[in-house]
Amino acid sequence: MENRTDKNSYTILFAIGMVLVVGALLAFTASSLKPKITENQRIEKQQNILYAMGVNDNEGTSANFISTQNAAEAFSKYITKQLVIQNGNVKEDNEAYLIDVKKEKSASNSDPSKRRLPLFVGVKDGKTFYVAPIYGKGLWDAIWGYVSVDENMVVQGAYFDHKGETPGLGANIKERYFMDDFIGEHLIDENGNFKGITVAKGNADPKNEDKTDNEVDALAGATITGDGVTAMIKSDLKLYKPYFDNLKTN
Amino acid sequence: MGLLSKKDAKLITDPLADNNPITIQVLGICSALAITAQLKASIVMALSVMAVLAIGNVVISLMRNIIPSKIRIIVQLVVVAALVIVVDQILKAFSYELSKTLSVFVGLIITNCIIMGRFEAFALANGPWRSFLDGIGNAAGYGLILVIVGFFRELLGSGTLLGFPVLGDPIEKTGLYSIGYENNGFMLLSPMALIVVGIIIWVQRSRNKELIED
Repeated sequence: MENRTDKNSYTILFAIGMVLVVGALLAFTASSLKPKITENQRIEKQQNILYAMGVNDNEGTSANFISTQNAAEAFSKYITKQLVIQNGNVKEDNEAYLIDVKKEKSASNSDPSKRRLPLFVGVKDGKTFYVAPIYGKGLWDAIWGYVSVDENMVVQGAYFDHKGETPGLGANIKERYFMDDFIGEHLIDENGNFKGITVAKGNADPKNEDKTDNEVDALAGATITGDGVTAMIKSDLKLYKPYFDNLKTN
Repeated sequence: MGLLSKKDAKLITDPLADNNPITIQVLGICSALAITAQLKASIVMALSVMAVLAIGNVVISLMRNIIPSKIRIIVQLVVVAALVIVVDQILKAFSYELSKTLSVFVGLIITNCIIMGRFEAFALANGPWRSFLDGIGNAAGYGLILVIVGFFRELLGSGTLLGFPVLGDPIEKTGLYSIGYENNGFMLLSPMALIVVGIIIWVQRSRNKELIED
């Protein structure tokens, strides 16, 4: 007897059946879980922003967000204003943190004036923090982060994350020892121009005591990811400079 | 009489040493190189592959009599990809933190040749229970090598284990670093994983001459 599973008709029917079953299964899982996943991502954004301005549960050398349950409450407590800057105009928008920086960035390729820049103003212990999101690309996939600065564009805190950098190498951008290096670094050079912060290899300052050199120490084995961090800080935070210039003159 | 018969127990113990998927069958090398710079990543990857391989082996084994032989590789690929994506989605919804740790590995799990290799070589010809054991055994053999490589790469490359500084602080020059020891940054790069795997293969074959091919 010929094996029925060798027949062409059976093979085709099986393939069709398999595609239908698997497709339905995946579609069902994706759509039924979507609200929960979106909610998780929303909370994560709040945690990221709070982390950058120093509201976190850090202990020892590990980076910990404020807990998921407390995120919403802390977010409304610490973040006093959410701003959207577009074309030099500043307006308040309580959903600014939901702006997709990736979409804004790609839309601005054709028309830079269209880009909306979210900025979160937070107050903690009487000190004002300005938190800005940044977005760029690492070695394998997207990298992004939130940087908080004071009125003089001196970094007060930074949070970086990535989609698919190599564990142990590029993925270390989200480790405390890398992110904490940015604290106190100046984004502006001594002449008042925007210079950014370079993730530099072989700089002679591994303890990062020189805060005005616009450099932090690079990660071993993560050259391209580090360059990506440098690039996204340069390109994205530069756009906020006019806002801070205004802040000073007023 | 134990929980497993002698024959079944062999399914688990064989891949740990004399039929190890990495050192003997030389499968799954790509992921072994990519993620072993840290011990923690090695452990996470080993556990993920174990879950996927055990469940996938059972699914393929249950389907083995109805899979058309002409498209069996495609069917295997679909099963493992669907499995990984469903698990990833569920983790994203209910355990977001864990899913973020795992997200990097999802692509690497799907393309891990050990998984396809076991589907093809074992699950298509054996029952679900034996396939399950084979999946656990092979993933454990894979994980064992991953953990060994991860241990040496993290220890010699970063001076830490599971993120904990065991050799002292390289910048403050405490512990071992105070007498002039330095981390070997080269250990963090993928080529060193290949060399460590090569050393394991050498040690294993010199202890058991039967494993040496002509």
